[in-house]
Amino acid sequence: MLCEKCKKRPATVFVRRTLNGVTSEAHLCEDCAREQGSLNILFAGAGNLTFPDWSLGNLFSSLLGQGAPGMQAQAVKASTLRCSQCGLTYANFRERGRLGCAQCYEIFRDQLQPLIQRLQGGVKHTGKIPRRAEGKLRLRYDLKSLRRQLQEAVAKEEFELAAKLRDEIKALEQKLGGGEMSG
Amino acid sequence: MDKEKFFTQVDAAWLEQGPEADTVISSRIRLARNLDALPFPPAAGKEALHEVLSQVEAAAKHLPEAKRFHILELSRLSPLERQVLIEKHLVSPEHVREAEGRGVILRDDQAVSIMINEEDHLRIQILLPGLSLLAAWQLANRLDDSLEQHLDYAFDKGVGFLTSCPTNVGTGLRASIMLHLPALVLLNQAGQVFTTLAQLGAVVRGLYGEGTQALGNYFQISNQLTLNHAEEDLITTLLGLVNQVIQQERAARERLYHELGNRLVDMVWRAYGTLTHARILSGDEAMKLLSDVRLGVNLNLLPQVKLTDLNRLLVLTRSGYIQRVAGKELPAAERDERRAAIVREELTGKVR
Repeated sequence: MLCEKCKKRPATVFVRRTLNGVTSEAHLCEDCAREQGSLNILFAGAGNLTFPDWSLGNLFSSLLGQGAPGMQAQAVKASTLRCSQCGLTYANFRERGRLGCAQCYEIFRDQLQPLIQRLQGGVKHTGKIPRRAEGKLRLRYDLKSLRRQLQEAVAKEEFELAAKLRDEIKALEQKLGGGEMSG
Repeated sequence: MDKEKFFTQVDAAWLEQGPEADTVISSRIRLARNLDALPFPPAAGKEALHEVLSQVEAAAKHLPEAKRFHILELSRLSPLERQVLIEKHLVSPEHVREAEGRGVILRDDQAVSIMINEEDHLRIQILLPGLSLLAAWQLANRLDDSLEQHLDYAFDKGVGFLTSCPTNVGTGLRASIMLHLPALVLLNQAGQVFTTLAQLGAVVRGLYGEGTQALGNYFQISNQLTLNHAEEDLITTLLGLVNQVIQQERAARERLYHELGNRLVDMVWRAYGTLTHARILSGDEAMKLLSDVRLGVNLNLLPQVKLTDLNRLLVLTRSGYIQRVAGKELPAAERDERRAAIVREELTGKVR
């Protein structure tokens, strides 16, 4: 294709510029692009890219707002729910997208579950567990992590480390009692 | 230790040269944690915020190598000092918006910064040079274990660590890699790559995080999901995506070099010429030209320039840093003159 400006030389540059919200596109030859200063613009292109601040309030509203008519009635009822510890109402949360305290997760559980499901693709924590929270849960997490390290050590043929890990795993399995053999 | 060095010296660990330095500037792990009994910072009053500060400060005394950690209360810092901490990526812009009751614990090498009362009570952040995400995670995990022995974390068996915003719930883990992608931008492929990344569950942000511009062709790529996957899995998945981007950027650089040849060499040397001779340089212009020079260094076109010098300039040329070193606020015109002088000295005072 020929340059859209001089219509003589082949177009080798695709220029897209956004000025005051209006985007224009042109296929130009390099000379015309350079003349226009477009090569610099092209080069600077992504330098002017601004990443939108995620307006979570809006996002949540749009995630939660749509649905069957029955859900809307539910939503009205939910919006009057209030956390007894921090005083946040569900309507506040929908507006700002931020919860007020740990207890909010309990109070708004029924409303949060579908939201988290949609944001995160599920509602099951499979990561780290604080040592102080749940003894057994934490041991299980440690066990999983040790097994992973063992796999790596074996793959890297670090047999001394693997032997050490195997001992640690055995000890943990005993601590947990039977029935924990499959990770 | 003198806390002054956090504001006037450019010696943060992430400025060193790490693995895959041709494309990767730094790797960051951030863990969001909250205390069980206190309201989250956006909903907390002054008293609650100060209670968090003192609990975390006490817990930090038991961190491994505790002597290397220093707590700074943001309300005791000048606006310029807060800005320098943002420019060094030690706090987020959001963290300093309100200084009252906010603080940050810094390790002397600035590889660790624990933000207190950002959006969550704790944001444990590890920042290492180059592609070192797993090392960063291991350190974050260790420090988190240590803090947890002295703090009651808000945790739920079902949804994991509870956070102010449900987009962080679960692991509370945000893993980010800061990449320099000039060739993908020059070839107009960056947008397409970012669209693909978004479809695969990664988020792309600008230099200083959410809502900031992609100055100088620097982009942060991070995981979007924080729940339903273990930390190592989230990190491994992100690393897989980032490795693809690195390969694409390298291929794009080859292609640029072959297609543009001497014109690319010219672009690089023009940038170097301007940087080593200009008397007035705006912050944005410096970033753009430094990006061209970095590309040149990575294509072996400018053997006299070191990547670590360019990394240092990422902080040296920022407005907050220039003014803090000057000891006062300066009008833009004067900043631009000082910036030009700093760049000249950094690039030519060290010609080898």
